[in-house]
Amino acid sequence: MLDIASKSTNIDEAASKIIPYGTIPLYDYLNGIGNICQIFNIYVITGIFTLTVSQGFYAKPNILNTEMLSTGRIVGEDVRETIDPAPEEMKKIYTLMVLVRAADIQAITLQRQGRIGFYVPCQGEEASQVGSAYALKPEDWAFTDYRAPGIVITRGMSLKSFYAHLMANSEDNTKGRSMPSHWGSKALNIVTPSSPICTQLPHAVGVALGAKMKGDKIATIAYFGDGGTSSNDFHSALNFAGVFKTPTVFFCRNNGYAISIPVSRQTASSSLAVKAVAYGIEGIQVDGNDALAVYSVTKKALEKARNGGGPTLIESITYRMGPHTTSDDPKRYRDDGELEEWKTKDPLNRLRSSLEGRKLWGKEDENNAQEWAQQQVKEAIAHSEKIPPPHPRTLLEDVYSQPTWNLQRQLHQLSEELGGS
Amino acid sequence: MPSLTLVQAINTALREEMQRDEHVLVLGEDIGKNGGVFRATEGLYNEFGGNRVIDTPLNESSIVGVSIGLSLYGFKPIAEIQFLDFIYPAFDQIASELSKLRYRSGGEYKAPIVIRSPYGGGAKGGPYHSQSLETFFTHIPGLKVIIPSNPYDAKGLLKAAVREDDPIVFLEPKRLYRSTKSEVPDEDYIVPIGKARVAREGKDVSVFAYGAVIPTVLEASEKAQQEGISTEIVDLRTLVPLDLEAVLASVKKTGRAVIVYEAPKFMGYGAEIAALIAEEALEYLEAPIARVGGFDTPYPYAHENLYMPTPTRILNAIKKVAKY
Ligand SMILES: Cc1ncc(C[n+]2csc(CCOP(=O)(O)OP(=O)(O)O)c2C)c(N)n1
Ligand SMILES: Cc1ncc(C[n+]2csc(CCOP(=O)(O)OP(=O)(O)O)c2C)c(N)n1
Ligand SMILES: [Mg+2]
Ligand SMILES: [Mg+2]
Repeated sequence: MLDIASKSTNIDEAASKIIPYGTIPLYDYLNGIGNICQIFNIYVITGIFTLTVSQGFYAKPNILNTEMLSTGRIVGEDVRETIDPAPEEMKKIYTLMVLVRAADIQAITLQRQGRIGFYVPCQGEEASQVGSAYALKPEDWAFTDYRAPGIVITRGMSLKSFYAHLMANSEDNTKGRSMPSHWGSKALNIVTPSSPICTQLPHAVGVALGAKMKGDKIATIAYFGDGGTSSNDFHSALNFAGVFKTPTVFFCRNNGYAISIPVSRQTASSSLAVKAVAYGIEGIQVDGNDALAVYSVTKKALEKARNGGGPTLIESITYRMGPHTTSDDPKRYRDDGELEEWKTKDPLNRLRSSLEGRKLWGKEDENNAQEWAQQQVKEAIAHSEKIPPPHPRTLLEDVYSQPTWNLQRQLHQLSEELGGS
Repeated sequence: MPSLTLVQAINTALREEMQRDEHVLVLGEDIGKNGGVFRATEGLYNEFGGNRVIDTPLNESSIVGVSIGLSLYGFKPIAEIQFLDFIYPAFDQIASELSKLRYRSGGEYKAPIVIRSPYGGGAKGGPYHSQSLETFFTHIPGLKVIIPSNPYDAKGLLKAAVREDDPIVFLEPKRLYRSTKSEVPDEDYIVPIGKARVAREGKDVSVFAYGAVIPTVLEASEKAQQEGISTEIVDLRTLVPLDLEAVLASVKKTGRAVIVYEAPKFMGYGAEIAALIAEEALEYLEAPIARVGGFDTPYPYAHENLYMPTPTRILNAIKKVAKY
């Protein structure tokens, strides 16, 4: 540890010396110079107080400066050997991304054709979602929001369940209670989300605190967007997690926008990751279109959490290539040029060219993967469209452990109205 | 049988439930070494330690939100909100998360936590340490709402709440915390959720009330008795689920109903009682239903004794209904 006096500086100055995960020579991070925590101990002097605010690794470049992402280069290529998953697993990650893209595109089509009511697309975020979720263990808990196709499919949700929920049919394990795009599954340790922004974060902290108290070596991960970092519960949760050092990973999908609002309207901070500093936790910025970089960073954060090292905030810089939801028209607030630029950084192309470069993937593999994904999607949709809606009775169930008298009466009324079914 | 104040009864219930089940935790502001600003958690920190009696940051949203998470992981958190007036920062967690988790997950997840909080006036708390906000919670499907009015019920209802499989908002009338003592059995007992109590039998007028106003209602009832009017007092105890049978039984017996509560009168919980009586027992009524509530103002400081339903105001309502 360096002594306080020699490292006294202010946050911005300290931040300016730090390079984002995407461009830092990763071997420095991993071995070379040693533990990054010692390199970037940051202390802030404000008035009369000297506070240790971070032992962290976070990135300076302005969140709007996405130059680091513009090259299409595979970030951290040099050190893949040390932190990458095995080749078979890399291929799995890519294949999952292909599947998620296919499922996503088809869901939008279904909505456009009036076959589902609503959808929240994730195109462009596949590396962030699949890469991070792939780093989870089954016993870890995931708390998502609505933009989570890549997360739930990677955790093992079948496409039948995926579309059953979108169609709100009787095979939807959540019984058609929520708007489409609120997938949850107890079997997969994905806590069924609500719609309000970031309210799931304190839950992820609570489960993590519970696991810590029981001595269980698991971690929780909470997903949210860039807009979410302005919400009440972002603060509530990071603050609590910092104080109790809970095994929680806060995964911010910085896709540039909260509906139409750019990140520059959410914060004057130099990044979103830097917000971790004030809570006494580690903040990391990662190229969110690089699936392997996302995987590595998330895996390390999860391992740190499971081993008692406390929480981490990951800012995964990516881009929402589609609309906010099927009810949104991004042309009202974004330039076409922006989308075109981000298309050159498409996360699927990035990982594919990396696999090709490693001679792990060829044309035939690609054809097979695409065909397989289309087939999966087709079969799941064909199946789900045959499934009837949930029984009307389910409208009145699961409010309490046992129905109260008024719910019993209302159930009775409803069945009379429906002709005694 | 020991004689306890209401807050001691709460303390006893917490201690006994924590002894019974190691998954029971309490968390909130100043509840650890300090024992809570009203001393409801007195002694628990010493007995159970900081892992089960958890002082939190000053942030109600995370008190409730983290409790939900702890519950998901198999614990039974009892969250204390220092004053009900400060529950607003947690409102989203209660209204959007706690109450709807079971429903929205298709019954796969649930978070049956207990949220305890002192409420009501009589402690010179002004607009932000006095409010009766029960109606915000009774209007949210998925929550159960309990308000005891005496030490015996407080212990029995809180123990029942901790064992319930649904999320509970448990409101404690702070002006009754130490106002009287009464006999509270040492042994383990529960008072069932969803059952009202006839606090006094009578034949002319039914008075429906709960929590902090019960002693005032009893006082008004004494005065009515002196004027020859016999009142039946029904202490609702559980607002959700309401003991509708008890309400209807009493009103069918007396044919007259007065409803007393301390929250602003307009849209208060009494409005639902009045509506239910009108829907289900109109033909038994001999007189219009009367409601006595707080005034439709923010809670005042200097004149709080005039704001809270006074014995005179309640008595006048009873007389008006009796003589109609
Ligand atoms: C508390 C709250 N306010 C507003 C909304 C409406 N809303 C839904 S998504 C959204 C934008 C969220 O943006 P971000 O956090 O960046 O996530 P993204 O949608 O980009 O994935 C808004 C304003 C909401 N769901 N909850
Ligand atoms: C939202 C909210 N929760 C709880 C309280 C009750 N309360 C009043 S003062 C206080 C402690 C405040 O401590 P601090 O911010 O350090 O200020 P200090 O009193 O030390 O000046 C608490 C918990 C409150 N007033 N508001
Ligand atoms: Mg966003
Ligand atoms: Mg202070």
